[in-house]
Amino acid sequence: MRYAARVEVRLRPGIADPEGATIERALPALGFDDVREVRAGRSFRFEVDAEDEDGARRRAEELAHRLLANPVIEDSDVEVREAAPAGGSR
Amino acid sequence: MSARIGVVVFPGTNCEHDTVLAFERVGAAASLVWHTDERLDGFDALVLPGGFAHGDYLRPGAIARFSPVMGAVARFAAGGGPVLGICNGFQVLTEAGLLPGALVKNRGLRFVCAPARVRVDSDRSVLTARIEPGTELQIPVNHYSGSYVCDARTLAELRDAGRVVLRYVENPNGSVDDIAGITSPEGNVVGLMPHPERASDALVGSADGLPLLRAMVAAAAAVRAA
Amino acid sequence: MSTVPPSPEERPALHRALGLTDDELARIVEVLGRQPNELELALYGVMWSEHCSYKSSRRHLRRLPTAGDRVLVGPGENAGVIDAGDGIAVAIRIESHNHPSAIEPHQGAATGVGGILRDVFTMGARPLAVMDALFFGPPDDARQRWLVEGVVSGISSYGNSVGVPTVGGELTFDPCYAGNPLVNVLCLGALPVERLVLGRASGRGNLAVLLGSATGRDGIGGVSVLASAGFSGDAGDAKRPSVQVGDPFEEKRLIEACLALLDAGLVVGIQDLGGAGLACATSETAARGGVGMDVDVSSVPRREPGMVPWEVMTSESQERMLAIVTPEAWPAVEAVCRRWEVRASVVGTVSDGGEGEGRLRVRDAGAVVGEVPAASLALDAPVYDRPMRAPADLESLRADDPTTTEAPGDCGSELCSLLLDPSWVYRQYDHQLFLNTVVGPGGDAALLRLAGPGLPPSERGVAVTTDSAPRWCAVDPRLGVALVLAEAISNLACVGASPAAVVNCLNFGNPEHPEVMWQLSETVDGLADACRAFDLPVIGGNVSLYNETTGADISPTPVLGVLGLVERLRHRPPPPATSAGSTVVLLGARRAAGALGSVPGHPLAGSRWAVECRGRRHGTLPSLDLEAHARLTRLVASLVAEAVGETVGGTVAGAVGEAVGGGHGLLDGVHDVSGGGLAVALAEMAVAGGVGVEVRGIEGHAELFTELPSRVLVTTGRPGELLARAHAAGVPAEVLGTAGGDRLVVSGPASTLVDLSMAELSEAMAGSLAKRLEAA
Repeated sequence: MRYAARVEVRLRPGIADPEGATIERALPALGFDDVREVRAGRSFRFEVDAEDEDGARRRAEELAHRLLANPVIEDSDVEVREAAPAGGSR
Repeated sequence: MSARIGVVVFPGTNCEHDTVLAFERVGAAASLVWHTDERLDGFDALVLPGGFAHGDYLRPGAIARFSPVMGAVARFAAGGGPVLGICNGFQVLTEAGLLPGALVKNRGLRFVCAPARVRVDSDRSVLTARIEPGTELQIPVNHYSGSYVCDARTLAELRDAGRVVLRYVENPNGSVDDIAGITSPEGNVVGLMPHPERASDALVGSADGLPLLRAMVAAAAAVRAA
Repeated sequence: MSTVPPSPEERPALHRALGLTDDELARIVEVLGRQPNELELALYGVMWSEHCSYKSSRRHLRRLPTAGDRVLVGPGENAGVIDAGDGIAVAIRIESHNHPSAIEPHQGAATGVGGILRDVFTMGARPLAVMDALFFGPPDDARQRWLVEGVVSGISSYGNSVGVPTVGGELTFDPCYAGNPLVNVLCLGALPVERLVLGRASGRGNLAVLLGSATGRDGIGGVSVLASAGFSGDAGDAKRPSVQVGDPFEEKRLIEACLALLDAGLVVGIQDLGGAGLACATSETAARGGVGMDVDVSSVPRREPGMVPWEVMTSESQERMLAIVTPEAWPAVEAVCRRWEVRASVVGTVSDGGEGEGRLRVRDAGAVVGEVPAASLALDAPVYDRPMRAPADLESLRADDPTTTEAPGDCGSELCSLLLDPSWVYRQYDHQLFLNTVVGPGGDAALLRLAGPGLPPSERGVAVTTDSAPRWCAVDPRLGVALVLAEAISNLACVGASPAAVVNCLNFGNPEHPEVMWQLSETVDGLADACRAFDLPVIGGNVSLYNETTGADISPTPVLGVLGLVERLRHRPPPPATSAGSTVVLLGARRAAGALGSVPGHPLAGSRWAVECRGRRHGTLPSLDLEAHARLTRLVASLVAEAVGETVGGTVAGAVGEAVGGGHGLLDGVHDVSGGGLAVALAEMAVAGGVGVEVRGIEGHAELFTELPSRVLVTTGRPGELLARAHAAGVPAEVLGTAGGDRLVVSGPASTLVDLSMAELSEAMAGSLAKRLEAA
């Protein structure tokens, strides 16, 4: 089976996030004075072949921990679902 | 015979030639090591120079740490060999776990290329041996992700053990505790964001990096003699 | 031919959509002896665009002098090359990336850097330095700040990552650029003379190898069509799909791989893929070599499915090169490329010239889908003699002179408004890589050691400057560009260099406006005359037309890159700074020649003061005395060169240089007097040196702010000796005052004109740009 994975990587709480802070500072001028706690991050999408969803999640988590996130400064979340059939949206 | 220094080149590294030139200026024999090499026989010290290994894509150093050469670098360091990471090389060393902490985007979210005043805070490393703590040097910085971070316990360890070797006099990037360079517990692995090779000739602005380069060469020569 | 050309009725206006006129289509039919098919029409569309063919400017550019003793390669190749001595050749090129930067400033500027680097390493040179001349509207609205921020971050992220230092440039704000910013990028490279290669194909059966990135639809018709049509009000969105994205990491590997291929003697010819992509690279290399080329688009690695042959041929995907290699060398070429992780694919072969008529044959999986004479694409584009006309109100514009405008109540505050510190920009650029940068951004000219990986040892230095003055050129394009060249030569002299060659980037408005063509023609004549007078060859150039917004043309903006050489570079030149106790001397005339009666001694037309402080953009420019300028700049260059090349008092550059400080020449400091006049030059020197100045006997605000040419401000500890040297050289020289204290004080005949503390000056300068840009 082929699964679509999405990994979100963001700085851990307590690590300065100048990008998030800069965005947050700009918000009041745009009328978003009710928004707090902006954190910048990045997300990665890929497909993985696995026996089942749990297996796909384990591979995706492994990839996130080994490469996509630096655990010294970053946390990651992994989402996995069945991939759309071949030729589907990218 | 002069000390032999290996300068590791990843695709995207760009300070390798400057680093070789600077070490030659202080009497070492320096040569390039390609990132797929797995044997580092014959080198007395290794330098991971500045640049943008693998384009700094993902995170600076994140892909370079998986290069075949890095296993050999880790073994060389574990055997007590002097290893220096400059700028991108420092980032690679932290990603590889050879030095603690991480380097994140500068506080101002801008690249900064400028002379920086740094102060030697510890002589317990191959880069700062026999340099009087308190000595101030003018050495350029040139980075986008040079803000050093680590957790509180690591910071306490670094401070208590004299492992913060260089501090900024005026912090250009938001590094915790003004840290510009740190070393391993044994003092043989050093990472710093400023570029000592860029301060190796007064004609181009500063020769303040020479004492650091000489200390590194002396450490390499000691390895050679042993 | 296996394809049946569609009949004209099926696509009545395709040629027009591709930017070709009905006459141009008729000419294509004549060349081919039949109707072109769509692919062929697309090839002519991009190759005969203004951007690729220079069809409006070509007949004018022929008037520029291009010959010189040092010239190894002149205009028409990817970059100009001169012999710098010691077995080292220097390649230089300047190009605009204006229209892409207006749409997507970060990627537009980034890909501009990428393109200019490829032009230089195509010649076999390692790119060693970049400079950029940037022009924006005043940074007081969000859009201009977005443009500045984007362009600077684009240059920073691409140039720093690819590993080429940005060593200087120019930054100009003027309302005429608000809708159409200019981004001109210059690159300088160096090579061992024997590695020089030219972008030409030869040898029947040799392989055409595509190196670098996969080909996508990005930039299809992008640079070429974009740069050849002005912006309408809503162009931004409509043209966005053709924005190209740069990958400096790919380019870095491409540079290393190509230089390794050239070092190993593995390529016969090499050409970068820029505007018009493969169409341009294949037809140009074939045409220059007098051969033909067979290209199979099915062999081109693609990034997107479903691309048709004309898209593959005209794509402007970045970071690609075309190398011509012998079949025997191919395995070795593949090995070099594998090491650097650069993709290499054979996409074609060199074919016979056949009576000098090489054909470009395009195949798709073997089947011929188009065939045209290669030279007809690359060399035979139409040349237009567009109508030109001086502005009808030229006389009245020149009569509207600001020189007699009412004096300011407070020269000091107007001086402060003219101070601009560009360090906000250049701190974001790596300007030190290669350990060559002796004088970097912020100096009068950049001064570099002539050294780099793979070059033979040399004690020489190379200096480079970019200069422009649209406010002068708007008043008088012919004299304006001559004054710009004069200023560039002064800038080089201030770092001890003698000028050796010129490259130019001519940024103008819509060539279909007769006044614009007049400006272009006047500029070419002014530049040609001035270059001849200073015995300087023009070794390359670029023309950017259609810089307009909703019908309003930019001021004529010729940007000159001038290369200079220093025989022996051992010490840093005297800085553009004061030092305590020095005597301040002005070299050059204090008043305009013939200043009597109606001829004012201190003309203000075209000065920053008149334009920026008074909004007076017209008048009559001060004249340029070519002889006097040559005497002045020779004197300054030799005074500085004596200091930088001095044998005693330091160690030799290249050895460990702990003692190599400034030389011990006659000068303590030196600075060109240009934009903002004496006032700005004095203030800049004072701030840089941290030492104040007291100057007496200035004749009023006009003398403070005039931009009278041919003047250099110096400080010296030995004024008597300096005045004697100047006298012997036939250069006027006058002591203006002394450096010291912590104020800039300028007194006039009756009153004090300027009295500012160093703190006030530093404050005005330091925050000037950062504050405006970062105001949210």
